Amino acid sequence: MTLGTHPLYGPVDDVATQAGHVGHPPRVGFFTDTSVCIGCKACEVACKEWNAVPEDGFNLLGMSLDNTGMLGADSWRHVAFVEQPRRLGRQDGGVAGLPVGPSSTSYAAGVVAGRLRQAERGGGELGTAPLDPGVPGGGPPPPGGADRMDFRWLMLSDVCKHCTHAGCLDVCPTGALFRTEFGTVVVQDDICNGCGYCVSGCPFGVIDRRPTDGQAHKCTLCYDRLRDGLEPACAKACPTDSIQFGTLDELRDRARGRVAQLHALGATEARLYGDDPDDGVGGCGAFFLLLDEPEVYGLPPDPVVPTRDLGRMWKAAGVAALALAAAAFSVFVEGRR
Amino acid sequence: MSWSGDGSREAAMVPPAEVDTYYGRPVLKPPVWKEDIAYYFFLGGLAAGASLLAAGADQTGRLRLRRGTRLGAVGAIGLGAIFLVRDLGRPDRFHHMLRVAKPTSPMSVGTWLLTAYAPLAGTAALAEVLPRRWRRTTLGRLVDTAARPAGVAAALAAPAVAAYTAVLIADTAVPAWNEGRDLLPFVFSASAAASAGGLGMLVAPPEEAAPARRLAQYGALVELVASRQLERRRSPSVEAYLTGDARRCLTRARGLTAGGVLLSMLLGRRSRLAAAVSGAALLAGGFYERLGIFRAGVASTKEPRTTVRRTPQAPART
Ligand code: SF4
Ligand code: SF4
Repeated sequence: MTLGTHPLYGPVDDVATQAGHVGHPPRVGFFTDTSVCIGCKACEVACKEWNAVPEDGFNLLGMSLDNTGMLGADSWRHVAFVEQPRRLGRQDGGVAGLPVGPSSTSYAAGVVAGRLRQAERGGGELGTAPLDPGVPGGGPPPPGGADRMDFRWLMLSDVCKHCTHAGCLDVCPTGALFRTEFGTVVVQDDICNGCGYCVSGCPFGVIDRRPTDGQAHKCTLCYDRLRDGLEPACAKACPTDSIQFGTLDELRDRARGRVAQLHALGATEARLYGDDPDDGVGGCGAFFLLLDEPEVYGLPPDPVVPTRDLGRMWKAAGVAALALAAAAFSVFVEGRR
Repeated sequence: MSWSGDGSREAAMVPPAEVDTYYGRPVLKPPVWKEDIAYYFFLGGLAAGASLLAAGADQTGRLRLRRGTRLGAVGAIGLGAIFLVRDLGRPDRFHHMLRVAKPTSPMSVGTWLLTAYAPLAGTAALAEVLPRRWRRTTLGRLVDTAARPAGVAAALAAPAVAAYTAVLIADTAVPAWNEGRDLLPFVFSASAAASAGGLGMLVAPPEEAAPARRLAQYGALVELVASRQLERRRSPSVEAYLTGDARRCLTRARGLTAGGVLLSMLLGRRSRLAAAVSGAALLAGGFYERLGIFRAGVASTKEPRTTVRRTPQAPART
């Protein structure tokens, strides 16, 4: 469906032109290659530092080494940690055969999941507000089999996807969210009135309202740095080039090459996420190379911009409204008899 | 892990590890909206339905029905607007809604709808409360003459006021709302009709309230059918309507709406008291309907499985 010249769904060649920018720079984004992420969280720190993002609580979450938990108003980069009893490609995890007992990861994960459920926003407050799930301290893992199995650590530095069809931007009623000349999606702090619509408009659970100032915040892809010709702070700080910044076209080429390379190395589970302009959000400006299903990292497997169905929704509403009008009319016509 | 979106605070048993979610954490951000928004949905629908009744009452000379519904409409929309502004993170910036008109944002569309509707409903209501000695003044005469066209115009805008809020919540990533997108407008519009019918029965004597009774009957019937359909879809998010606080609200809504409308059909014509009781029941029913739908949406965002929907499962029926 389109609205005027504004398509609400499907691939878009040039998002910045569509948003009214003339003579704009090429669309930029991130390619986050999780296969080389070492979980140092330099990106989280650099982002907080550069953008003066306030702290969101210092709690132990019991999610492996992840004590951020989720993207939110006060976490614009979030490194996810997943421990799995399997090998990465032909890598030797170095623990096979050692008498260290089974991994306690699934036990910890179960405890955390149960506690998050009791939280007011079910754990959705992570990244925005402090949350202490009261995870039991680091005792020895529960007894079990003698050998630890193969082991791999999945790490992913998550970030706002800067969607081609951004749910947050589509629904924002004040114009606070806008599409920049770089094709990114940014909130204007002096406009946002904290209506909270964007929070529910984002199919990735990225943007959130900060309780202290009542306004919505998320990654700007370092709009200020881009305008000065600098790369975003997180990409700059990443020591392994897991976070790569560049023009989107180039990043997509590079990502395809990297997948082929990993497949050749035996990591056949390597796949791209968010790179496809035919997906539910028209492709992401920030996309990822994953080594497992997206949901394992907390990403939605099939995100769809809610405005895809806007036309259909208004049609249903139109029929319902007409029916209401007709009913109201008819009750008085009958009343005359 | 089993679904337990019942909002209970009892300590959960340690569930088995979840392989397909990230530590059982939600994928989506649960709405930051407070239940104020549900109150507004009810009040906005009530106002819209009341304006429709008021215009009809005006045309057919039912003066007490007209007075009650005109005042009810303006009261409801006024109170609703307060809830809307209160829920903003920055209430002092509520007027930023008026700096753009954005067709892709149902909230923007709704803002402009309300901006048109509320003053019209207000003008019609003003004529009802104008003190006698002011009627002679030029301004008073102006209000008096403007009341009828304003009331008609308010009634023309009213159905959209009742229905747009359904689009507002459907156009989100909230699974229980988004997946209900084809039905929610019918639930909302019908619920608006039932509530307004209830108001009409409360404020007007039975001999004037026949249209209100009929509107309540139509509305209640469609509301009951449409909200039942909403709970019969095959989707993981449907669980959110069938469990917990949402379920309790929706059950209550159904009982109050059905009871109210039955009472009005049996005794509404004869007894003012019975009419008032059924009117109040219908209003409460409409309130719980919106609250239940609101809570179902919030609950559905807390459950990662509704978003991770590669393998849709048939919901467990209760
Ligand atoms: S919809 Fe979500 S992921 Fe996409 S641009 Fe907006 S906040 Fe970022
Ligand atoms: S909270 Fe701010 S940025 Fe988000 S939709 Fe509302 S006005 Fe726009």
